[in-house]
Amino acid sequence: MIEEQFSIGDSFVHNLDPRVKIIVAIIFSVVVAVSSNFSALLPALVVAVLLILLAKLPVGKVFYRLLLVNGLILFLWFFIPFTFRGDTLFTVGPLVGTKQGVLYASQITLKSNTILLAMIALLATIPISTLGHAMRQLHVPDKVVHLFLFTYRYIHVIFQEYQRLVNAMKMRGFIPKTNIHTYKSYAYLMGILLVRSYDRAERIHKAMLCRGFTGKYYTLSRFSVRTGDLVYLTVMLAAILGLVMLQWRVTI
Amino acid sequence: MESNNLIINLKDISFSYSGNKLVLDHLSFQLLRGDRIGLVGPNGSGKTTLLHVIMGLLRPSSGTIELFGKTAHEEKDFRAIRKKIGLLFQDPDDQLFSPTVLEDVAFGPLNLGKSPEEARDIASQTLVGLDLSGFENRITYKLSGGEKKLVSLATVLAMDPEVLLLDEPTNGLDDETEEKITDILKRLSLSCIFISHNLDFLFETTNRVYAMANGKILLDETLVPHSHVHTHRFGRLPHEHKP
Repeated sequence: MIEEQFSIGDSFVHNLDPRVKIIVAIIFSVVVAVSSNFSALLPALVVAVLLILLAKLPVGKVFYRLLLVNGLILFLWFFIPFTFRGDTLFTVGPLVGTKQGVLYASQITLKSNTILLAMIALLATIPISTLGHAMRQLHVPDKVVHLFLFTYRYIHVIFQEYQRLVNAMKMRGFIPKTNIHTYKSYAYLMGILLVRSYDRAERIHKAMLCRGFTGKYYTLSRFSVRTGDLVYLTVMLAAILGLVMLQWRVTI
Repeated sequence: MESNNLIINLKDISFSYSGNKLVLDHLSFQLLRGDRIGLVGPNGSGKTTLLHVIMGLLRPSSGTIELFGKTAHEEKDFRAIRKKIGLLFQDPDDQLFSPTVLEDVAFGPLNLGKSPEEARDIASQTLVGLDLSGFENRITYKLSGGEKKLVSLATVLAMDPEVLLLDEPTNGLDDETEEKITDILKRLSLSCIFISHNLDFLFETTNRVYAMANGKILLDETLVPHSHVHTHRFGRLPHEHKP
């Protein structure tokens, strides 16, 4: 279900301390998200592409992921250029596309792709379990980390349960149609899935109690920051500062 | 009977789920050190409930539970006991909740206060002991059914319990894995209670089999496991017989 296809690898980026990667990913994304100037956004895209190259990820698969997101962004291009007030750039029948609208849409496209690339390079290269532990060490609240790790562990189990139920429905000739019987059956399906998940959660909790769980979650992982991590952190922070300055200087 | 050999002593235990019919009906039961007891009985006869009552996961409405010579009432009493008694759940997906095998096996030892290094060592050793070396970094949900069962057993054994309670350990396993588990359990010198519908398995791993029905253990009708010589078509193929 969750394939984590980018998490295994042996590159400079893969070997970095996951905590450093998380911090850089967050700061970078926030800066890119609030930037509005192309002289800052274009260099940011270059930085993100460089990170992907450093992580030695399969370009085809990365491109495929970008395609999924850009499918959504395509819809923005149908609306934004025509709904923005400004100087006329082109006309399609009665619709008027504005220069400001096109610029705004390009900005969104650029930002989303840059952030996505950075996330793929920095976060997708961490196995999910390690990501959970790194989050804990960064003092993300325990409950959030537990939710994250348990979701990862059990989404597969719940999905299997869902498939079993759907198959059982199909075996008995269920064909979804637009009628009350279909809606009712789907409601039952969701209901029983919820009940079963709840029951399972209780059993898991009991099993944890049997193994001495008292509410505190200990972990095996120890991370250590090495010279490479510090160099990387410094370079990245400098780059992000550069982006901030580019953005700031032009808008002042 | 020496009292210090008495590990589990249940007296007059009754239990029902939210006021319905009694699942355990004034049941009394004793487990002595070295006892290896098999528990058979129809579905819904209260076998799993019995194990959960012993672990303190369910509280009986009446009766007393004595574990290792001490009466256990509250969560606090049971917490101390859970280090000594290991329970293997029926569904390994309930037991294995950590992302990786090593983390899951180390979960118990960490809770017992071991350092991460010690816990890691214990976990690795337990895995080696069950012929599961190389599984450390496997993702738990991607294991096969048989592997999940063996890893679940490892998670329980890593806590070094004195008593082992297993709930249908061979359920849904292929012959090869079943044989493996049988061999492992035969080697262990722990006191144990095994729930199973598989009489061949109980015959190999236990020295007494009790039957359970309607919330009671039929003590007077202790079943003695034994085998019959018999013959039928396709007898060469692996197969099971109804009790």
